[in-house]
Amino acid sequence: MSWSFDTPVSGLSLLLMILLAVLALYFARATARAALLAAGNTFYRALRLASSATVRAERQLAVRNREVLLAQGREAAERAIEREFERVQTAVKKELADFPAMHRRLSESITAIEEDYERSREVPPAPPGWVKAVQAVADIPKADATVARVLEDMHGSLKKIEEQALTEYRKNSRERHALLKRALPHWRALLENIGSFDKKLSRLLDRAVAIDRHMDDYEEINRGSDSALRKLSASSLSQFFVSMFVLAIAVGGAIINFNLIARPMAEMVGGTNMIGGMKIADIAALVIILVEISMGLFLMESLRITRLFPVIAALDDRMRVRMIWITLFFLTALASVEAGLAFMREILVQDELATSAMLRGETAALAEPRFLWITTAAQMGMGFILPFALTFVAIPLESFIHSLRTVLGVLAGAVLKLVATLLRVLASAIRGLARSLVYVYDVVIFLPLWIEGRVMAMRGGARAAEGRA
Amino acid sequence: MWRILVLSACLVLTGCSEGAASSNRGLYMLIDTSGTYTQELDKAQQIISYALTRMESGDAFAVARIDTASFTEKNIVAKVTFDDRPSAANQQKRAFQEAVAAFVKDTRSSAHTDITGGVLQAVEFLREQPVGRRTVLIFSDMEEDLARGYVRDIPLSLDGVEVIAVNVTKLRSDNVDPRKYMSRLDEWKQRVEAGGGKFRVINDLDRLEAIFQ
Repeated sequence: MSWSFDTPVSGLSLLLMILLAVLALYFARATARAALLAAGNTFYRALRLASSATVRAERQLAVRNREVLLAQGREAAERAIEREFERVQTAVKKELADFPAMHRRLSESITAIEEDYERSREVPPAPPGWVKAVQAVADIPKADATVARVLEDMHGSLKKIEEQALTEYRKNSRERHALLKRALPHWRALLENIGSFDKKLSRLLDRAVAIDRHMDDYEEINRGSDSALRKLSASSLSQFFVSMFVLAIAVGGAIINFNLIARPMAEMVGGTNMIGGMKIADIAALVIILVEISMGLFLMESLRITRLFPVIAALDDRMRVRMIWITLFFLTALASVEAGLAFMREILVQDELATSAMLRGETAALAEPRFLWITTAAQMGMGFILPFALTFVAIPLESFIHSLRTVLGVLAGAVLKLVATLLRVLASAIRGLARSLVYVYDVVIFLPLWIEGRVMAMRGGARAAEGRA
Repeated sequence: MWRILVLSACLVLTGCSEGAASSNRGLYMLIDTSGTYTQELDKAQQIISYALTRMESGDAFAVARIDTASFTEKNIVAKVTFDDRPSAANQQKRAFQEAVAAFVKDTRSSAHTDITGGVLQAVEFLREQPVGRRTVLIFSDMEEDLARGYVRDIPLSLDGVEVIAVNVTKLRSDNVDPRKYMSRLDEWKQRVEAGGGKFRVINDLDRLEAIFQ
């Protein structure tokens, strides 16, 4: 059945229905108003509660992020300090091991120099005892010819003695100079030894400065200062992006590696069988690459370059060295297998090309290219080198995993903050909406409300008149 | 828990063999050797060579001739299921090519043309192959000319089989009245589709890749 405003009866009944509905709404006004406001308040409180819970969660997450960041920073600082101490230990062992020998050499040099110095000391010539007698004779008046002759004789004797003394003195000086000259190499050796010792000590002092710096960082991290946190956070983010970039490069390397061995792998495991829509040959190639990466991880772990597996880090040194050799052996074996597969790939490609050429009826293409060995050698080389290159994936992977915790924490914190804000906004919006709905409700029933207002005004006027009377 | 794991592994492995079958292709090529159509055999060889370049490990391929009585295994010139190993598959392709070349060189024209018998033989062969896609290539003018006594007005069962008529040459009578050519192809289309199969015609040998689409 359909109705239209064109038919007066239907229009009237519709008007009546609207009037009745408005009346019903008017009578239910107080309850509806209370219900709308209550619903609005309920939603408001619930959303505010949810927002508060989200804020609390965000705060807890921030605390956890802070702890994670500090723990990572502490660990990194500890590792750096440990490395520095190891370096100092190595330096002390290596560079100061010959210290006793050097000390002996220094002592010998000093003793030799002392001895030479002692021997080269100049002894002042003793004043001759007859100088006073000569003086007395010289005081005798020279008029006497005998005295003059005696004096001349004495003068001659003195000159002779002087020459002898001078010669003796020169000889002694020469000997002393020779002794001093002999001490020159000792001086040089002494200087050289002291210089080398000084350099070694400087290097050790540099290490000590580095340790001091790391210790300062460590103390700051332990204090949990804001500057340390900021530094760690920035470092973590940069590490995340850098490691991601390096990992992307490694993935490229792995894809090249995969393409090198996937095709010949079909010769070993068949080219048609599939698991989950993937060829078994492809899966086998992928597994080989993943095993290589795992071996690389174990090797890096055993070398204590990375610390992803505490079990390996906790192994005693003998076992660790064994593990290094075992993983290296497996890596070399897998690299050799890959080189073989790369060679096989080239043979297969040539075979396929020859077959295709034969099927197309081309005889010229059947001749082997002249420079085929270059591509074959390059493929084999890549097949051998790439597994070892992939070993180093462990380093960016460790950085990525460590920094990922921080980055995820920061992201989760930001999301929680956003959710809390949205919940608060939604809560306010719903409360506002409930209030608006109350007004809308009043708009719908404006006519009864207006009448009510008039009636109330009239009653108020009557009461006032009665009061006045 | 371990039982669930073993069961999952079994399911995956079972699924793997099915997956392998469904991704492979079975191709059966019928070559008309009746009358003057033997002059077209070079083109047939060209199609076979192209098909061989496109076939992969696990695919099945057979070439058979259409003559007076085609519903027999004796008409199969060469058949192969390509080995899992690519190198072995290449060797099979070469051997197949040589067998086809010998057939083209030595074949003689037959008096009658039993296309239906050939199609029945092709379907029988393809049904036995563990392949996902089954295609019958008919290298013929599609004019059936049965010898006396041969019954071939039987419904074809071609569910899941695609029939492609290749190099359908026009006969002299077709030139006089092209409706004959069209009605001949229409009849085959209806027969194939009535049997649950698909029917296509490829006359341009420069676009043979359409066979594998």
